[in-house]
Amino acid sequence: MAKMTLEQLRKLREDKKQDLTRREVEGKEIQIIVGMGTCGIAAGAKQTFDEIVKAVDEYGLGADVIIRQTGCMGLCYVEPTVEVVMPGMPTVIYGKMTQETAKELVRKHLVEKSLLENHIFDRPAADIVKK
Amino acid sequence: MAYKNYILVCGGTGCESAKADEIYKNLLHEAEAQGVKADVQVVKTGCFGFCEKGPIVKVLPSESFYVEVKPEDAKEIIAEQVVKGREVKRLLYKKDQKTADTVKVEDIEFYQKQFRIVLRNCGVINPESIDEYIARDGYAALEKVLFEMKPEDVIAELKTAGLRGRGGAGFPTWRKWEFSRGPVADQKYVVCNADEGDPGAYMDRSTIEGDPHSVIEAMTICGKTIGATKGYVYIRAEYPLAIDRLKIALQQARDYGLLGKNILGSGFDFDLEIRLGAGAFVCGEETALLQSVEGKRGMPVPRPPFPAVKGLWGKPTVINNVETWANIPVIINKGGAWFAKIGTETSKGTKVFALTGKINNSGLVEVPMGTTLREIIFDIGGGIKGGKKFKGAQTGGPSGGIITSDFLDTPIDYESLTALGSMMGSGGLIVMDEDDCVVNISKFYMEFCVDESCGKCSPCRVGTNQMHAILEKITDGKGTREDLAKLHKIGAAMKKAALCGLGQTAPNPTLSTIKYFEKEYLEHIDELKCVAGKCKKLVVFEVIPEKCIGCGLCARRCPVNCIAGEKKQPHVIDKMKCIKCGECFSACKFGAIVKK
Repeated sequence: MAKMTLEQLRKLREDKKQDLTRREVEGKEIQIIVGMGTCGIAAGAKQTFDEIVKAVDEYGLGADVIIRQTGCMGLCYVEPTVEVVMPGMPTVIYGKMTQETAKELVRKHLVEKSLLENHIFDRPAADIVKK
Repeated sequence: MAYKNYILVCGGTGCESAKADEIYKNLLHEAEAQGVKADVQVVKTGCFGFCEKGPIVKVLPSESFYVEVKPEDAKEIIAEQVVKGREVKRLLYKKDQKTADTVKVEDIEFYQKQFRIVLRNCGVINPESIDEYIARDGYAALEKVLFEMKPEDVIAELKTAGLRGRGGAGFPTWRKWEFSRGPVADQKYVVCNADEGDPGAYMDRSTIEGDPHSVIEAMTICGKTIGATKGYVYIRAEYPLAIDRLKIALQQARDYGLLGKNILGSGFDFDLEIRLGAGAFVCGEETALLQSVEGKRGMPVPRPPFPAVKGLWGKPTVINNVETWANIPVIINKGGAWFAKIGTETSKGTKVFALTGKINNSGLVEVPMGTTLREIIFDIGGGIKGGKKFKGAQTGGPSGGIITSDFLDTPIDYESLTALGSMMGSGGLIVMDEDDCVVNISKFYMEFCVDESCGKCSPCRVGTNQMHAILEKITDGKGTREDLAKLHKIGAAMKKAALCGLGQTAPNPTLSTIKYFEKEYLEHIDELKCVAGKCKKLVVFEVIPEKCIGCGLCARRCPVNCIAGEKKQPHVIDKMKCIKCGECFSACKFGAIVKK
């Protein structure tokens, strides 16, 4: 890279900040957790995951969102499953989150702050455990 | 590029020596072999600080904190974490091996009381990538200084911050800069003292290894402030990894135009050169260091004139140590007032300590000034190894003293440590337990000073030798009470008359131990007894016949074959032949061998 001007340095910092904040966990309040058990992967959770990563980037949310993977959530019949934890919104598990619906989920839940109808499922065991 | 997982591998010297580089390479290889290369970014970072449990591997975003990782674990980490999204439980940090409960990163006590300014990027970024440094607000402070601030603003900011030199004596940094800024000179210099020589200290090495650009940026800021165009980093040749990373960083900064002519189009020129030191302790003393940079023999010269006025080749020179430099970009970015909120009345900010010795979690810790020794040793450090009793903590290396358990709750800052007869020094903190003999330790430090004294002034050259001879006499069981008085007298003379800091502080370990452990000295002199069993000439090993079952283990371990006895009969040690190595003592499973 050639010698930089002040503007170029500032632009580089902004660009690289995006890359680095993706890596960081601290200060991020929104979590998207993708179920990546055997059932999830078989139903296409990997593609869903990639799509979510892409969508979060497109909406410029990289600095606020942690995208994690987890094991089977117990909803094998509606895989791939995605849980979204976000302040000001109820924690929701979405099922049947295919590659196609993933972007829709990011737009609806994270950007528009409304729920994505027809994809909401209960966590099967949590309620029982709580009681 | 967005990745699903980020794997951070510690690339500090400690972890590298435990095959961290192999782990890094295996991870890359496995990621490719298992077809997930595009899903994971493997980054080699600077020191995580938790050296006790190294090599450390941290996986994000799951925040899995893996300890004592081996190269062969790479396959499992990739297969489980990246491919299947599950943590590798067996590698996670556990507080207690027995309960096997894993602990979240934020709950690891080692990190809880720490506050990282100097080590802000260590274990977070790849030190060989200037882009990652820039992404963490790197070179933003330089921008400010070049385009927005006047030199007097920079100095005012440092004054508000109250930053003091982290290399030892704690001289206010802003005053040094002000002294050098004042005079008109055709050339001025900026120097970084990376000649870290205290036994057990490695914070400067780790800072350069983990975040070399922070030092480069800070030195450039200083250059602009005082009007210098040239700087030197004086670093010891024993730090090859730090030197390599610094060289890479310098080249990257030059390529980006952050060093060299007309930096960022501001019209300001500045460049840095590396000077390798041959490892003489005295070259950490600033005037000796400057002599060495000039290509002369590293020997101190009398001050004043101070280097800030007349330094390298007689020109005004600001010389600060690595840790001091690393603070500066943060102070400029966040403001002096922010920095001044951290710490105590007289000592602001944080201090990095290298925790070593008989402690559970040895490693690199950064705490706010005013943290107590108890918090550092027992909360962060996890207490004494093997549940033994704390005896003392040595701070400030061969210039410092030993702090006893009575003072564990003293908030640490420059003044409080000096009041205790020790000093901040560079931040080595060596913990000692009941098995350590203080007389022997003072002898060790004095021997170090005898070796490292440059010989220019007689108080130091002769004084260290004489003090060492007396200490040797005491550990050999030939000391007298007058010897203690002599140690005091010689020590006092050295403190007053020695030319440089090295000689002036060399008596500290001895004098502070005599003050706090007089009883132990007197036991050596009057009773010819070394309770810790470290002074070999005073120790006798004996077998208690009632306890000995005659297993013969001690006899087999004895390197000089001085233990004899029939099978299943009590054994006997031939005290004339015994070399007092202690092998039999540690070998005996029945407590049948005693040290007297």
